[in-house]
Amino acid sequence: MKNKLLPFSIVLIFITIFIIFYKGLQDTNLYTPEVKTNYEVPSVSVELFDSGKIVNTLEIFNTDKFYLLNIWSSWCVPCRQEHLILMDLIKNDNLKIIGINYKDTKKNAKKFLEELGNPYDKIIFDNDGTNAIEWGAYGVPESFLINKNKIIKKYIGPFSKESMEEIKLFIK
Amino acid sequence: MKIFKLFLIIFFIFPINSLKADNEILKNKITKNLRCLICQGQSVYDSDSEFANSLKIVVDSKIDEGLSEKQIYSYFQSKYGEWILYDPLFNRNTYFLWLLPLLIFFVGGAIIFNKFIKKP
Repeated sequence: MKNKLLPFSIVLIFITIFIIFYKGLQDTNLYTPEVKTNYEVPSVSVELFDSGKIVNTLEIFNTDKFYLLNIWSSWCVPCRQEHLILMDLIKNDNLKIIGINYKDTKKNAKKFLEELGNPYDKIIFDNDGTNAIEWGAYGVPESFLINKNKIIKKYIGPFSKESMEEIKLFIK
Repeated sequence: MKIFKLFLIIFFIFPINSLKADNEILKNKITKNLRCLICQGQSVYDSDSEFANSLKIVVDSKIDEGLSEKQIYSYFQSKYGEWILYDPLFNRNTYFLWLLPLLIFFVGGAIIFNKFIKKP
């Protein structure tokens, strides 16, 4: 009995290891942070792009309207293509778009907005990228749909037509 | 008088320097245990990506605010999930991971004990 148990356990261990590695092969090795929804907007002090005034984020998202927080930069190529979608979305009265200007210079950012239009109700100036971390973002572009001071949806990467339609459905 | 002044200068500057050095050691320790999400496979300490550089600034400011190492980890964990930490935490999802080596050690030890020590 003892003699049979040892080879049996060895085979069992190898089968288990094989299954774990085989399953692992099918998983992507690129990790995307957990996309949490329905959590509070972080309460932090931020600098406004135009006036340089320091305000709390909770003061920015204080109405019952829907807000789309968009992290963008003039050096970010996908942001250019996404900007056209934002210009289209702003036609909805129930939506305000807030920008976080990520690791950019004011001069380049202004030039970008003059060229492509300004869909932003307010812009937060995030010179060193630390504000984006408060939102759990790790790159540009990233966007958050917010309602009543709660984040209800997070979009990583540039908007697609599908995500645009989804936002339209949300704010209807 | 000159010696007294020199002594005063050394007295005031030295502790500040050592305090800064302590913070630097702690910052390095923390950033080595944080995973860069842009260049995955590298720690924040090793990475020079925009994201990693911002994270280093945040770690610095959290240390200055007086947060402990554990509090800083839980801050980043709340923002990005547990995966940002290189050392997995000891919880329901990781019991197996942490206890497996111990289990193997004891089972292996028992086998060796039975085969080679107990028999003769």
